[in-house]
Amino acid sequence: MAELAQAPGPPRRRFIEWLMSRTLTTWLLSTGIGGLVAAIIYPAGRYIVPPEAGESAAGTVTLPFSPEDIQPNEGKIFKFGSRPGILVRSATGDLRAFSATCTHLGCIVQYRPDIGHIWCACHNGHFDLSGHVVQGPPPEPLESFVVNVRGDQIVVSKGA
Amino acid sequence: MPRMQTWLSGLGAYLEDRIGFDGLRKLAKKKDVPVHRHTIWYYLGGMTLFLFIVQVSTGILLLFYYRPSAEEAFESVQFLMAEVTFGWLIRSIHSWAANLMIFTLFLHLFSVLLVKAYRRPRDLTWYSGVGLLGLALAFGFTGYLLPWNELAYFATRVGTEITGAFPIVGDFLLRVARGGTDVTGATLTRFYAIHVAVLPAATTAILGLHLFLVQKHGMSVPLSVEREGGTRRAMPFVPNFLLRDLVGWLVALAILAALAAFIPAELGSKADPFAPAPAGIKPEWYFMFMFQTLKYLPSHILGIEGELVGILGFTFAGLLLLLVPVLDRRGARGESSKVFTWIIIGAIVYIIVLTYLGYTANPTV
Repeated sequence: MAELAQAPGPPRRRFIEWLMSRTLTTWLLSTGIGGLVAAIIYPAGRYIVPPEAGESAAGTVTLPFSPEDIQPNEGKIFKFGSRPGILVRSATGDLRAFSATCTHLGCIVQYRPDIGHIWCACHNGHFDLSGHVVQGPPPEPLESFVVNVRGDQIVVSKGA
Repeated sequence: MPRMQTWLSGLGAYLEDRIGFDGLRKLAKKKDVPVHRHTIWYYLGGMTLFLFIVQVSTGILLLFYYRPSAEEAFESVQFLMAEVTFGWLIRSIHSWAANLMIFTLFLHLFSVLLVKAYRRPRDLTWYSGVGLLGLALAFGFTGYLLPWNELAYFATRVGTEITGAFPIVGDFLLRVARGGTDVTGATLTRFYAIHVAVLPAATTAILGLHLFLVQKHGMSVPLSVEREGGTRRAMPFVPNFLLRDLVGWLVALAILAALAAFIPAELGSKADPFAPAPAGIKPEWYFMFMFQTLKYLPSHILGIEGELVGILGFTFAGLLLLLVPVLDRRGARGESSKVFTWIIIGAIVYIIVLTYLGYTANPTV
């Protein structure tokens, strides 16, 4: 403020000149604009990001078909909450269930009776009937579920 | 007749007075095209532009019947193909022109690369062109999902899952791309908005810049021709080159009509989020070389997931492509660089071979 007192001209003009020469003014002005831009960009950006959906709550599902509906060496896709699962009856007759989402790039797998593998058509990934990768690009085994047969109902649940 | 003529000349004088066409006349007079053995490559940009105009026109027509929701999209396209008069024609032309446009765009890109037309001062033209390539691929990717059929559904699942493979920001990107954690109706509306509004707006802006720069700097004379002492021959753009352009566009239109009539766009079956991916699933042909590469990569390379290596590799290749004007130092000095030419030819051969394998290799073994 020292230069304010020494500068020539009437005090009010001197004050305005001082104000205009300050970086504070520029700073306020530019952050005012910066704030405006942020006030537009931020809501628009947040608008584009979808709201967080709750993780599928389903821990146990009862399948809409009975154990007789699935023959040995056959696979069926079922709904596990909002995600697909696959139920396979092996050639020896036991039932196994896995997540049907391929661990590679998320395609839905299918059972291939000709080779006895669970197979993903997208990038040719093969899984055995324990869900382990036997061939192709998938990096991890399929998530396996627990299968219980209660009378004529099949109940599939997430492992402990 | 004479009355018509006075009326027309009156309208001409009115527009001349209110708008003034001096600038345009000067531009038309000034603009010429060098004539040499590589002149043929100058037609590809204009051809791509023509096909883009076809896309905009047919795209607008498709909007009249299309309904962007998971419940109605497939049915509305089915209705369009089966019931609407010439609906099949409009959709088939849109689908074929998209493919041809990407094809001519690739030819344009590689011809510019091989004649080294990206050199200063045309480096910004090159950057804007690579931007337009990215937009065209985004158009293709988002448009592929809109009919909501099985093929499109899985292509989108895989394509968006790829964004999820990026370290740290992957999950976030995936959710933004899909409008949720899975490919659903939310993904469809998102892709629809991008396809019909965001991308056209961005394309208009970047294409405007690209075309302006082409006018400003004129046509590039290839290095090889320049080193032989340059070319003295040139033809005026208006009307000589423009008329040749028009002939090319008419030929393209005829090819489009023939393709649409004899091989109309298919629709397939409706997407079902609870059905296995069908055997022989494949993306659009211009993504095929990347898709096929991902098939061949093992699950882990040096302890890193194979898909991640592939995806980062292609991202890196894209970055190299963008930075060509900076990387080709010899070209920038006006010297020819054999190594650079061979790298480009290598890339072309890789794309062709992997694309060929994508269509011929047995998908079930």
